[in-house]
Amino acid sequence: MNLDFTDEELAFRDEVRAFLAQSLPDDLRRKMIDRRHLEKDDIVRWQRILNARGWATPNWPVEHGGQPWSPAQRYIFQEEMALAHAPEGSPFNVNMIGPIIAKFGTDAQKARFLARIANIDDWWCQGFSEPGAGSDLASLKTRADRDGDEYVINGQKIWTTQAQHADWMFALVRTDSSGRKQQGITFLLIDMNTPGITVRPIETIDGGHDANEVFFDDVRVPVENRIGEEGRGWDYAKHLLGNERSGIARIGLSKERLAQLRRLEVELSADGRLTAGERDRLRRKLAEVEVELRALELTQLRVVAADAGEGGAGAAASILKIKGTELQQRMTELAIELAGPAGLAMPEEEESGAALEDGWIAAAAPFYFSMRKVSIFGGSNEIQKNIIAKAQLGL
Amino acid sequence: MDFEYSDEQRLLRESVARFITDRYDFEGRLRAMQAPEGWSRDAWSDMADLGLLGLPFSEEDGGFGGGGVETMIVMEELGRGLVLEPYLSTVVLAGGAIRHAASAGQKQARIPRIAAGELLMALAHQEPGGLRHGPDAGSSAERRSDGWVLTGRKIAVLHGATAEEFVVSARTNAGLSLFLVSASAPGVRVIPQRGYDGIPVAEVVLDEVATGNESLLGEDGGGAAVLERVFEEANAALTAEAVGIMADTLDVTVDYLKTRQQFGVPIGSFQALQHRCVDMLIQVEQSRSMAILAALSLSQPPAQRCLNIAAAKVQIGRGGRFVGQQAVQLHGAIGITAEYKVGHAFKRLTAIDALFGDADHHLDQLVAAGGIPPGNRGSN
Ligand SMILES: Cc1cc2nc3c(=O)[nH]c(=O)nc-3n(C[C@H](O)[C@H](O)[C@H](O)COP(=O)(O)OP(=O)(O)OC[C@H]3O[C@@H](n4cnc5c(N)ncnc54)[C@H](O)[C@@H]3O)c2cc1C
Repeated sequence: MNLDFTDEELAFRDEVRAFLAQSLPDDLRRKMIDRRHLEKDDIVRWQRILNARGWATPNWPVEHGGQPWSPAQRYIFQEEMALAHAPEGSPFNVNMIGPIIAKFGTDAQKARFLARIANIDDWWCQGFSEPGAGSDLASLKTRADRDGDEYVINGQKIWTTQAQHADWMFALVRTDSSGRKQQGITFLLIDMNTPGITVRPIETIDGGHDANEVFFDDVRVPVENRIGEEGRGWDYAKHLLGNERSGIARIGLSKERLAQLRRLEVELSADGRLTAGERDRLRRKLAEVEVELRALELTQLRVVAADAGEGGAGAAASILKIKGTELQQRMTELAIELAGPAGLAMPEEEESGAALEDGWIAAAAPFYFSMRKVSIFGGSNEIQKNIIAKAQLGL
Repeated sequence: MDFEYSDEQRLLRESVARFITDRYDFEGRLRAMQAPEGWSRDAWSDMADLGLLGLPFSEEDGGFGGGGVETMIVMEELGRGLVLEPYLSTVVLAGGAIRHAASAGQKQARIPRIAAGELLMALAHQEPGGLRHGPDAGSSAERRSDGWVLTGRKIAVLHGATAEEFVVSARTNAGLSLFLVSASAPGVRVIPQRGYDGIPVAEVVLDEVATGNESLLGEDGGGAAVLERVFEEANAALTAEAVGIMADTLDVTVDYLKTRQQFGVPIGSFQALQHRCVDMLIQVEQSRSMAILAALSLSQPPAQRCLNIAAAKVQIGRGGRFVGQQAVQLHGAIGITAEYKVGHAFKRLTAIDALFGDADHHLDQLVAAGGIPPGNRGSN
């Protein structure tokens, strides 16, 4: 056993570090540190910088622009990105639809979409959830009726993140209601400019407008935009949801946040903004988080190693999801506690430069509220526990 | 021992509860929140008509002579409605400072107007860059022959933008003192902000604000003692408000679990979620007990009063966080939408913990004192 990275892995880490130091634009880094909202343009700009280096889609097959990295290298890459305050790429483009088209798409679909996905020439959104189909996704009802070489879509999706920016949606639709509910689901690529699509924003408790309802009224989609076979969409969707495994705990991000809280503790203590008792307690809380984070980091590395050896780690991904999201949420609790009453005031849309010095105070509450979502989406933490109980414990 | 309300208290509870169900539905609250002032003047005059705004003031001052239990009753029901109006800022905070420190003339000029819903006030105490809570302030008040000159910056002033007058804390040569400062006095700048819980806040900048001799509220140097008292009353009131919010939030969540279907059954049939709701209920009951303790403690000697209320604030800080977070979680995505009540309840519970010392702060008080004092628990 050995917990250290190899020399090659360390060299790789230095290469990633050097690239990030040189290529990450300062204004983006600043926004990330202050937890400010990233605009679509911010994400696109960074993705294109990564893409030019060949690192926008490392998890894709090599022949479609991926990297032949080992699991350890992927881990290093993610961690360095987080520690450098680099924005995450669009998960919908990079982690979800890209790998699906690469694996199950036709040659024509690959040629048409993959390069544009990598460069975010097209912005994608995920149309899975419906008002009646959340945790029980397979009960989805949005219909696709075949009419010649087109499907006609009617129904509604909900919680569609960033549908307002999207050029394309990958969606699960029902083409057959006769059998088991998992059967009869078809995976379609839908051009968001097609007539009959209406996007309505949903405001969330953090003040954001990234969630949407999407309505389909006789929306015509060519059959050539179907992924794989009709009625087998559930298989492709399961593959897509499983793809998030290695990054789902977002440990690098949590480490970066812990480091920021540590810096804050030092600054606030020096400025007399914490009593000695408060400082000691905060240090204790940070140490507790650090222990859990360190344990989770090693757990994740064990999962990564088991994956590499094809050891299989089905329930392990659920463990990472639960613990990783709990720690992300814990970090935001510590920040809002520190902000206190000063954190009551919500930041205005356009902040003045003066607000930046104590930007973490203004960001603490929206970030705390926003992060409640991480235990809900990607399969809620209750659903993850059901999976573990069944798959690992045999209950 | 007696946990029953008197007949009058029961009537009070029913009338506030009716006001909330009949005249303060969630949609109306959302509309009020989105209006420029962020709350409803109509609801405020309803509250005046119900006699709520004069409740804690003595009858000879023009109030109704209510005590801790009466305020608890009102705050719990207002909590159920997630009421946005300036009850805490005008009646409990500024009103409390006036009750405890004002001269007869100062009271006469204000209490009847507060009770009638005509005078809005706010407490301007918190400052940037200091501790998160405490009875101290860095703003200054300099003695002049004809009065005082105040300079400083205040933040998180609850309902500051609509206040006609502020109670301002500032240091004089004698120590921390309180002043009555008109919002329209030259040198006062009020910057309105939205609070994350829907309650508007403001930053108040005092730039050499000249005030008369009559602006001193209470004794020169006596401000900290008055503020401590006011914070205790505010924390007792917030504890009751939190109980109302938590109880209502649990009701809403349980109703949702009975109706929301996934996997062909109501999600309330899953034991994992049932147990979570039971854990929430336990927090509601524990918090209700502490709200009663806090309310009854208000008439107790200082040491007991202060520690009982600290204990109550610890309970609702922790319990409120649990109930708020779980209510959101059990709703799934709908719980994080701004159109749904539960998310607003979660945010208000978060703010309640942050105000006037969070759970950790009050735990420190208990640690320093060696625990909650035994003995007489208080009566009304
Ligand atoms: C911020 C945000 C962004 C999202 N973005 C997208 C997107 O871009 N595209 C998309 O398709 N979807 C998106 N979603 C939807 C997300 O996938 C769903 O919220 C999730 O699947 C849960 O479904 P639900 O919200 O309907 O909750 P429900 O399924 O109704 O669950 C409610 C509660 O019941 C619990 N529960 C359900 N079933 C069980 C069970 N069997 N045992 C125990 N507990 C159970 C859940 O854990 C939860 O606590 C997003 C959600 C959020 C919050």
